[in-house]
Amino acid sequence: MAGQATDRQADDPGGVLRLTDIRMRFGPVEVLKGVSLNLRRAEILGLLGQNGSGKSTLIKVLAGFNSPSEGSGVTLWGDTLPLPLDAARIRRMGVAFVHQHLALVPSLSVADNMLIGDDRRRGPAGIRWRRERAEMRALFDEFGLAIDPSALVSELSSVERAFVAILRAVAQLRRSEAGAAGEGILVLDEPTPFLSAEDVDKLFTLLRQIRAKGASVIIVTHDIDEVLAITDRVAILRDGELDALMVTAETTRQAILDRIVGRSITPFRRAPAQPRPEIAARIEGLSGGQLQHFDTTIRRSEVVGVTGLIGSGFAEIPYLLFGAMQGAGQVTLDHALDVAAITPRAAMAAGMGLIPGDRTHQSCVGGLTVEENATFLQLPRYRAPAGLRRQGLVDAARGMIRDYDVRPDRPEVAMSTLSGGNQQKVVIGKWLAQDPRLLLLDEPTQGVDYGARQQIFAALDRAVAAGTAILCASTDAEQLAQICDRVLVLRRGTVGAVLQGDQLTRDAIARACFHDPAPQNATNLSEATA
Amino acid sequence: MSITETPRPRVLPVIAWKKELERYALPLAWIALFAVFGMLLPDTFLTWRTLSSMLGSQAVLVVLALAILVPLTSGDFDLSAASILVFGAMFLAVSNVGWGWPIGLSVVAALLIGALAGAVNAFFVLYFRIHSLIVTLGLGTFLNGMTLWLSDSRTIAGVSMQLVELVVIQRLFGIPLAFFYGLALAAVMWWAMEYTIAGRKLLFVGRGREVARLNGVSVDRVRATSFVLSGAMAALAGVLYAGMTGSADPTSGLSLLLPAFAAAFLGATAIYPGRFNPMGTLVGVYFLITGITGLTMLGADAFVQSLFYGGALIVAVSLSQLVRKRQPQNFG
Repeated sequence: MAGQATDRQADDPGGVLRLTDIRMRFGPVEVLKGVSLNLRRAEILGLLGQNGSGKSTLIKVLAGFNSPSEGSGVTLWGDTLPLPLDAARIRRMGVAFVHQHLALVPSLSVADNMLIGDDRRRGPAGIRWRRERAEMRALFDEFGLAIDPSALVSELSSVERAFVAILRAVAQLRRSEAGAAGEGILVLDEPTPFLSAEDVDKLFTLLRQIRAKGASVIIVTHDIDEVLAITDRVAILRDGELDALMVTAETTRQAILDRIVGRSITPFRRAPAQPRPEIAARIEGLSGGQLQHFDTTIRRSEVVGVTGLIGSGFAEIPYLLFGAMQGAGQVTLDHALDVAAITPRAAMAAGMGLIPGDRTHQSCVGGLTVEENATFLQLPRYRAPAGLRRQGLVDAARGMIRDYDVRPDRPEVAMSTLSGGNQQKVVIGKWLAQDPRLLLLDEPTQGVDYGARQQIFAALDRAVAAGTAILCASTDAEQLAQICDRVLVLRRGTVGAVLQGDQLTRDAIARACFHDPAPQNATNLSEATA
Repeated sequence: MSITETPRPRVLPVIAWKKELERYALPLAWIALFAVFGMLLPDTFLTWRTLSSMLGSQAVLVVLALAILVPLTSGDFDLSAASILVFGAMFLAVSNVGWGWPIGLSVVAALLIGALAGAVNAFFVLYFRIHSLIVTLGLGTFLNGMTLWLSDSRTIAGVSMQLVELVVIQRLFGIPLAFFYGLALAAVMWWAMEYTIAGRKLLFVGRGREVARLNGVSVDRVRATSFVLSGAMAALAGVLYAGMTGSADPTSGLSLLLPAFAAAFLGATAIYPGRFNPMGTLVGVYFLITGITGLTMLGADAFVQSLFYGGALIVAVSLSQLVRKRQPQNFG
């Protein structure tokens, strides 16, 4: 592929995109301290770094959202562009973005979503939907996807949504100047957190196909294994500087990890704890969503993981138990509760807690302060005749900030100004302060950087030592292997395998998930890639 | 846990200064406006008479704005508030004058009717899951019809002087009591929103329904309560309205709806910027009314009211957005 460089490419040995000395400040804080980076034709470049290292800021500079300081330079296909970048212009030149939350409107059809941002002139009859849909179908076919353009986005699975967003970007690339020459730059900002391991593989197949056609890809991610699997080179940002630029094939997982963190970190290891004999919760005949008749018993101080492929029913378990979604069955803590009638309020009264996976919509309110978010559940403790003791609440929030190393350490700032990892620490601190008997987790470290992840695991472990039982739904096999005493692997709505003791390794869990792969439904990449 | 003061970054004073400016910009603008009119009209504007009449006469608007503030905080619009106000005032007048009910009974009945109207709003919004804009618009229009029916489209005068006494004739420091009712209500609401669990719940329900639900809040109960409170407070504004003149007319009160929303949004730029708050709303109402009174005294026509309500709202909110560097607003 590299031999097919176009003339334009030959003039510019630096590659299709060159960033030189990008500096960016927010008020007094310098977030990017002179980052220089180039992107070659037909390569996949991984962009890594902890939360707050400047990855997102760099992407936003490239997207034209952020205006970098004087002296920064961006060169696209040999043209040095004025800064801040004109978003519309760089899109026309052939840079397409897929942002973390995909930017799809769920209540509109796939076709509607595909055409957002497509402002080519149409004929006098306006948009000819039949033809547009046929073109979309052709594009989906090309990548082996059977997504119906008339379907509503809300009806699609998470992976299908990700594919729609990515193919929308591909379609945009092809309309651009560079796309006409088979080139283009696709920028993916953490596209994988919502995907199962199986879906990530499909996504990577798609990316390789895109690369094979001559386009370059920048992928921002937290997952080092993904980086090893897909990228050609890795750029690592730390504290706003480019810390390392490595060829993926010549490096190792540990080397990347140490570079990201800037010191050697040892992953959190729990002491082999002995679950106590007392039973914390008994779950009988739990059904709802894809889940059918799930039974298990959780002891005190036990950490039980539930996992499986997307759609296997494991993800519903925490929400069903907490009354956050409709279901049936029975859960017994002190006394039996009917799952069909349970409400979050009743679940909390029974001693349960739920930390949902979707932070922005389900676990904290970005517009309110850290103090308000952190203390919401503890309010009754600060009730006094003259009303809430506000100083007490601020002190409680400060204590939580200190205990969980939340940054910035200021309770009065808006929750939305914290990084994902820090938000999650606040949410976990809030629930652990309630001392729940059974804590339900859904993807507790999604979008959380490596260091914060270890801190979260340590905090959960302290609660477990004090007697809390944990049920954790996750597709992250490494996380499950690290924190669980027992992992239940679900297949098509029922428990397909139980792993414990020495079987609890990352590989064993991942293998157990795929043991009996669900039939492929709408998406089938593997055939098309042949 | 001891409180150790963590070392603060040195940038903080600038940010803190800006924040304080933002908080008190509206009160400062109010004082400035006052000073300008005072200089232009030292003999007429700067008199206790003008001031006290300004403070007293706007108590109705204050109470109405506070009424809509409750559902605004919990994320719902109550467009029926002014209609409840008018219907409450009319029911009070008709029952007191026409049916000979004692004034106390009429007042209580008007307040109950307001609460009932709020409950009806809540039922349709929460049971049928209809957007509050639609339900309250419908109920408001329906109540306007009821008002005209009840009053035969006439102004009913002759409401018991006892009420008029208690609203405008009795004075404290020369200011009609009505002003203090509004002030007291604002103070109670400020306390409830800042220092009670119910206030925090209201805020969470408004900003993140799903978050509130998953933290054990009965979201529907909170929303229903806020509609009922809004209805009852709107009816209280109606009682004051009838007490101001000792009469009730079937339409004029309806024009208070938009100024009430203007004051609520204006208030959300002050004291606790970005949040609907009673003290900010109070300042908002009196800022608007100071401008209008001053301009009227300078000889401006009646249309200046609307010009000032509308213009001041947009200008003030825009300025506050400039201070916030034009971040998208997220009220609640």
